[in-house]
Amino acid sequence: MTKHTLARLLAIAAVLLCAPGRAPADEAKQVKEFRVCGDPNNMPFSNEKLEGIENKIADVIAKDLGETVTYFWWPHQRGVVKRVLNAKHCDIMLGIPKGYDLVTWTRPYYRTGYVMVYRKDRKLKLRSLDDPALKTLKIGVQVNTPPHDALGRRGIADNVVGYQLMFDSNFHAEDYPGKVVEDVLAGSVDVAMVWGPIAGYFAKKKGAPLEIVPIDDPADTGLPFAFDIAMGVRKGDKQRKEQLESALARRHDEIEHVLADFGVPLLPAAEEKAHDKGAR
Amino acid sequence: MRTKSLVIGVIAAVLPVAAYGQGATGDDPASLQGDDAQWVLPAKNYSATRFSTLSKITPDNVKNLKVAWSMSTGTNQGHEGAPLVVGSTMYIVSSYPNIVYAVDLAKDFAIKWKYLPKQDAKAVPVACCDLVHRGLNYTHGKILFSTLDAQVIALDANTGKELWKAKNGDPSKGETITAAGLIVKDKYIVGISGGEFGVRGHVTAYDINSGKQVWRAYSTGPDEELKLAPDFNAANPHYGQKGQGTGTWQGDAWKRGGGTTWGWYSYDPQLNLFYYSTGNPGTWNPDQRLGDNKWSMTIWARDPDTGMAKWGYQMTPHDAWDYDGVNESILADLTIGGKKVPALVHFDRNGFAYTMDRSNGTLLVAEPFVAVNWAKSIDKKTGRPVEDSSKRTKQGQVTKDICPNAMGGKDQQPAAFSPNTGLFYVPTNNMCMDYEATEVKYTAGAPYVGANVLMKPGPGDGSLGELIAWDATTGKKVWGVKEKQPAWGGVLATKTDVVFYGTMDGWFKAVHAKTGKLLWKHKVGSGIIGSPMTFQGPDKKQYVAVYSGVGGWFGVAVSQDLPPNDPYAALGEVGIAYKNGLDKATTKGGAVYVFSLE
Repeated sequence: MTKHTLARLLAIAAVLLCAPGRAPADEAKQVKEFRVCGDPNNMPFSNEKLEGIENKIADVIAKDLGETVTYFWWPHQRGVVKRVLNAKHCDIMLGIPKGYDLVTWTRPYYRTGYVMVYRKDRKLKLRSLDDPALKTLKIGVQVNTPPHDALGRRGIADNVVGYQLMFDSNFHAEDYPGKVVEDVLAGSVDVAMVWGPIAGYFAKKKGAPLEIVPIDDPADTGLPFAFDIAMGVRKGDKQRKEQLESALARRHDEIEHVLADFGVPLLPAAEEKAHDKGAR
Repeated sequence: MRTKSLVIGVIAAVLPVAAYGQGATGDDPASLQGDDAQWVLPAKNYSATRFSTLSKITPDNVKNLKVAWSMSTGTNQGHEGAPLVVGSTMYIVSSYPNIVYAVDLAKDFAIKWKYLPKQDAKAVPVACCDLVHRGLNYTHGKILFSTLDAQVIALDANTGKELWKAKNGDPSKGETITAAGLIVKDKYIVGISGGEFGVRGHVTAYDINSGKQVWRAYSTGPDEELKLAPDFNAANPHYGQKGQGTGTWQGDAWKRGGGTTWGWYSYDPQLNLFYYSTGNPGTWNPDQRLGDNKWSMTIWARDPDTGMAKWGYQMTPHDAWDYDGVNESILADLTIGGKKVPALVHFDRNGFAYTMDRSNGTLLVAEPFVAVNWAKSIDKKTGRPVEDSSKRTKQGQVTKDICPNAMGGKDQQPAAFSPNTGLFYVPTNNMCMDYEATEVKYTAGAPYVGANVLMKPGPGDGSLGELIAWDATTGKKVWGVKEKQPAWGGVLATKTDVVFYGTMDGWFKAVHAKTGKLLWKHKVGSGIIGSPMTFQGPDKKQYVAVYSGVGGWFGVAVSQDLPPNDPYAALGEVGIAYKNGLDKATTKGGAVYVFSLE
């Protein structure tokens, strides 16, 4: 066990032991600190070495607000809002899909969607989910995501390789969502249907020879394939939300630059009402 | 037991209670289960009847029951299951982190020892529906149990010293354990939780002395991993035989096929078969796993020595409602149509009560015990439900008013059987659900979409629970006592026709076994989701004990302080729990309460 891991275990233990009450001093500190609920090991989004998209964007926004970025590391998996954000170990989650109503979300700062990705040298020319080739190609997809559902509706299942949705970024980082793209590169699956920024990261940052094709929302599933991405704060934390929104507006160009640097396949901003179920 | 446990009870009661710890032969559940002074198995006996012949507490004097003593368990999450009493020691286990206490009943309830398992904290966020635990097992001077992080641990029952540990699963893959498991002969058999993470369910046997894994039988996959006996389902080939553990799935979906095994187990020593059932199939979207998805949602009969399956009956093929089929199977010898039958009775989440011949799995009676509309009936010829297609859910579509809801006509809370009255006493839920269009959920690096489930009261006066008395020979309800909250606690029946159960709003109640008439009630510190048990103390008094400590799926809003502002949270639980006033009825906190006369 590395020192790092040990420290993290202790941090987790500390959360479990003292989750309900933190000293009021923390509230005062929020003024100066840009306290991010960060995933420790989930590239291309975030990691402890601060290499991810969200790490870079956090730096941009914190700088604008004259604050120092601090992280509370916890995998962005089930329970993160309740055990970390709502327990006030941190105040801000980055990369939240608008509509994720466990948090109050800001105005979105980019929009992206699910894509098909395959090796360029395969010359597959896939353009839509209805391409007949998808009936025979080996398709890698995370289970329970919209493309997984859409494949099921098309009766495409026997040739689908399912990838876990949940993974433990503390201890099993190798199971991260990018694994399916690695498998495309290695040739063990022919095509992956994956969240856009993951494919973009491999193509741009790692220079992998990949063809990336955005998937249009198929009319039949009623499931969106593209999402507006925002920051999230604790429910009702209006002040923080407004601060973040004005900083996001001021830093629009720098954020675009970060997204371009990571090869995030951007989509035009959606109409306000689209997919916005709003807070209940 | 096929022979009446009553008979063995009389024989065993002659043995002095103090035989425990003196190396007496028969220091195992099979020998001790008939001694009603003790409670050595999670469900009292291998038949899982939760029936005791202790007779000092009667319908006439039960009104004089008082708290004899109580003890905090030190944890706040839900407390399911029941304590054990072996000799003059009570063994208690708390919710996560699963602290085990040995309490000396002969010496002012002093704590003889306490054991805190070292657990992997990453089990906590992946555990479904509260951090509950369903109990301990005893054999040959050992306490065996499983922890939330999927370890199996053996302790010296006298000292609390750890004897061995084994790893039955990996929480970083979503695998956890909340079940009690069961000791049969020299093996401890336990399952796994985590169906919503695509865990592939199994039951696994460990050697009680060494902790070595002896066999493992999966719920899905190739025949050799399912461990199907050569004559599997010979009596009912239409239930399915070889090849279906992969053949009723698409592609490799069986690898994430669910069919977890977190419920209660029972055992018939004469037939040498143990019984348990499997949960819902993995991958939420039924479209992605067309087919029956065997052997999820299945009642199994297996040989405990080898793990080989003699029969398996799937209750809900191709589940689309999360009717997680893990509820207990109670073994009772019943007379049906003038014929004595070694029966197995199972009250399923899907709302049907199944009476089967436990020797071969033949279906005898299958009737709804709560409001059911997803299926009209069970076709006894084929064994399959006759579905109402308009109630079958589909991802991305709204399906309204499905009964029962995903929590089921009955959840894990175990029923009791009284050979005195011939009736089953069943804690039930009265809830329906809307399965709604999609909602954005989120996981690291990928927004994903899950179904929304909105839960609501079932038909009637708005009460969400009912304790019912059930005649399993005809499939008919005999009486019912309505409860405002879902009846989420187990039941105890005694020879004197007193039936005990607890409610989520914190009332511990005694009713008459023949009429359901309320005889006594007492409000305890926190809502009850545990199962009452009874024993005879060193002072020869009869005691009744129950865990207090609200939680479980329905109670999670209170035990984990979930805010009321998201009615869909905790898979739809939060909305209905607040609407039904659970937060105004009780607070969290684990304790054991022990009652006696005087």
